[in-house]
Amino acid sequence: MISIIPLLLKIALAHLSGRRRQTLVATAGVAMGVGFFIAMAAMMQGFQTYFVQTIVDVSPHIVISDTYRELPRQPLTLIFNPENAALAIRNVKPKEEIRGIRNAGRILRALADMKGVKVAPMLEGQIIYRYGSTDKAATLSGIDPDAEKNITDIESDMVSGKLDNLKTYANGIVIGVGLARDLNAKYGDTITAVSPAGIVRNVKIVGIFRSGITALDNRASYALLKRAQILQNRPNVINAIRMHLDDPNAARSVAADIEKRFSYKAESWQEANEGFMAVFTIQNIIIYSTTSAILIVACFGIFNIISTIVNEKTRDIAILKSMGFGEGDIQGVFVFQGALMGVCGAVAGWGLGYAMSRGLGAIRVNIESELSMDRLFIIYTWTHYAFGGGACVIAATLAAWLPARKASKLRPVDILRGAA
Amino acid sequence: MSAILEARKVGRVLHEGEVPVTLLRDVSLSIMPGEFVSITGPSGSGKSSLLYILGLLDQCTSGAVYLNGLPTDDLGSASLSRMRLEHLGFVFQFHFLLPEFTILENVRIPMQRLGRLSERDQKDRATHLLEQLGLGDQGEKRPAQLSGGQRQRAAIARALANAPAVILADEPTGNLDTKNGRIVHDIFKGLARNQNTAIVMVTHDQALAATTDRQIHLVDGTLDLES
Repeated sequence: MISIIPLLLKIALAHLSGRRRQTLVATAGVAMGVGFFIAMAAMMQGFQTYFVQTIVDVSPHIVISDTYRELPRQPLTLIFNPENAALAIRNVKPKEEIRGIRNAGRILRALADMKGVKVAPMLEGQIIYRYGSTDKAATLSGIDPDAEKNITDIESDMVSGKLDNLKTYANGIVIGVGLARDLNAKYGDTITAVSPAGIVRNVKIVGIFRSGITALDNRASYALLKRAQILQNRPNVINAIRMHLDDPNAARSVAADIEKRFSYKAESWQEANEGFMAVFTIQNIIIYSTTSAILIVACFGIFNIISTIVNEKTRDIAILKSMGFGEGDIQGVFVFQGALMGVCGAVAGWGLGYAMSRGLGAIRVNIESELSMDRLFIIYTWTHYAFGGGACVIAATLAAWLPARKASKLRPVDILRGAA
Repeated sequence: MSAILEARKVGRVLHEGEVPVTLLRDVSLSIMPGEFVSITGPSGSGKSSLLYILGLLDQCTSGAVYLNGLPTDDLGSASLSRMRLEHLGFVFQFHFLLPEFTILENVRIPMQRLGRLSERDQKDRATHLLEQLGLGDQGEKRPAQLSGGQRQRAAIARALANAPAVILADEPTGNLDTKNGRIVHDIFKGLARNQNTAIVMVTHDQALAATTDRQIHLVDGTLDLES
C-alpha cells in the first residue's frame, strides 16, 4: 500500500493542476484561516502574557491580610456537624476584633524562614490628598523600602525620584503618575494628607511611579511604614504581609498552606486577578471559535472543488477502477488532494500569520484601561503555528473525505458504458 | 486445457426501476487461453453486461463466474480489484487515457499499482509494449496529441501492462475508421496467437466478428445457440 502513495499523489496533483485557479482560491481561503488564527492568537496571548507579567512584576505574589475567609465556627457547630444535625443558629454577631495582623513580628519571621520567599510588611489605609483646589482619595501604603524592593518592581517603575527618598525625607511620599496628574502636583511639591483618623500632615512628593496598571497609578501612594502608622494613628500595626516567590506559579498552593498555618486570609495573585483570568478564557474561546469559523468556511471551498473534480474525473475514476485500483486507492487520490491543499494552506497561512503578527506589532496605540500600553504585545510561539497548521490539514482532509468517498463508490460500469 | 474464464448459468437482473429488468439469463460459456472470442448481438441484447460481468466489474445476480478455475462471486471488492489488476485487461470504445499523463506514464500506471517491477523495468516494459503496437516514438506525448487510432493502440498497450491472461474489449473499433479498426483487430489476433492471451471482444461489426475463433451471439440476454 505504501509503495503506491507516490502514484496516488501524482494523480492527485494532476487533477489539481487541471483546476489551478480554484485550487489556489480554496487554498488561499484556508491560508487566511490559519493566518488570522495565528495573528489573533499572537495578539491575544501576547496581551495576556504581558498582563500577567505586569501583575506578577508589580504586585506581590501573595498578600496576607488581617481578615479571615470564614467566620470562626460557633461552639455548637463544633459539637454537632450542621450537615448532619438539624441545627440553626440565628443572629450570630461576629466578635469585633481590633484590626491588624496580630503577632505580626512572629509571622513575618516564620515566613522569612521559608525557602524561595521574600516578605515585606505593610499598613494599608485610606487617605485623602489635598492640593490647591483638588481633593483626591487614595490608598496610602506604609512600607519598608528595602523589603518592598524585593517584592515588587516598583523601584524600576519610578519616573522621577527613587524609593529610597522615603528614608531621607521625613515627610516623603511616593505616588502614582495618574494620581499626580489628577492632583496637578509635581515631583517635589508638598501636598496635604488627611487620614480617616483625622490627622492632617503636609507631605512631600519624593517620587512618582508608573506601573502600567491603571488602578495602581491612579490610586496608590507609599510612605514609610512608621510614617503611615502615625498618619493612621495605628502605631506598630500592620495589616498586610506581602510575599514574593521565586516561582510565581506556586503562589496558589503556597497561599493555601500559609492560610492553613496562620488562619489569616492569604490571597495569591491568581486569585486576586481571577476576574481577568475568566476574561482571558472568554477571549480565547472567541479567538478559537472565530478562526474555526473561517477555517470551516474555507473548507467548504475545498469540499466544493474536490466535488467538482470528482464529477469531472468520473472517467478517470472508472478506468482506474477497471484497471484494478481499489476503493481505498480512489479515496486516497481525492483525500490527498484535500490534504495537499491543507498543507499548502497551512504553510502559506504561517507566512501570512507571521506577517500579520509583525504588522500588528508595529502598530502604536495609546490605551489606558486596566493596563496602560503604547503598542500591541505580540507573542511568537511555535504552538500557535502547530495548532493552526494541524487544524488546517485535518479540516481540509475531512472536507475532502466526503467527495472522496463518493468517488470511491462510483460504479465503473455506469460510466464506462455511457462514455463514447 | 482448462478454461481461463468461465461463466456458469450467469444471470443479471436490474432492480433499479419499479419493474425488474432481466439483462442476462442463464448464460454459460468458457474462454480458453489464447482464444479470440467475439460477442455479437443487437443492441440491448446484454453483450456489454456480459462482458462487464466476465471482467468482474459487475456482479451477476445468479450463477457464477470462474477466473482460473476459482469462483469469484463471494469475493469482496478489494479482491476483485486485485484479480482485475493481475489477470484482466480492458479496452473500451473510448480510450480513457488519463489526459494529464504522457502515453508512457499511462501504460505504466497498472504496473505501478501492481508494484512487481522496478521502476526501470516498468519503463522498459512500457516502451517495449508501445513499440510492439507501433507507438515507439509517441511515448512522451499526451493523449490529446495522438490520433484516434494511436490512442486506441495506447489503450491496448495499457491493458497489456501487467500481462493479463484475458483482455476484455467493448466495441474497441467502434470509434475507429475501417483501416484503424483493422489494425486493432490484427493486434488482438496477434496477441491471441503469439502470446496466448485470451480476447473477449464485444462488437456489432459482423465482418470483424466473422474472423475470430468463436462467435457468441446473444439475443435478449440469452445465448443464441445456433452460432
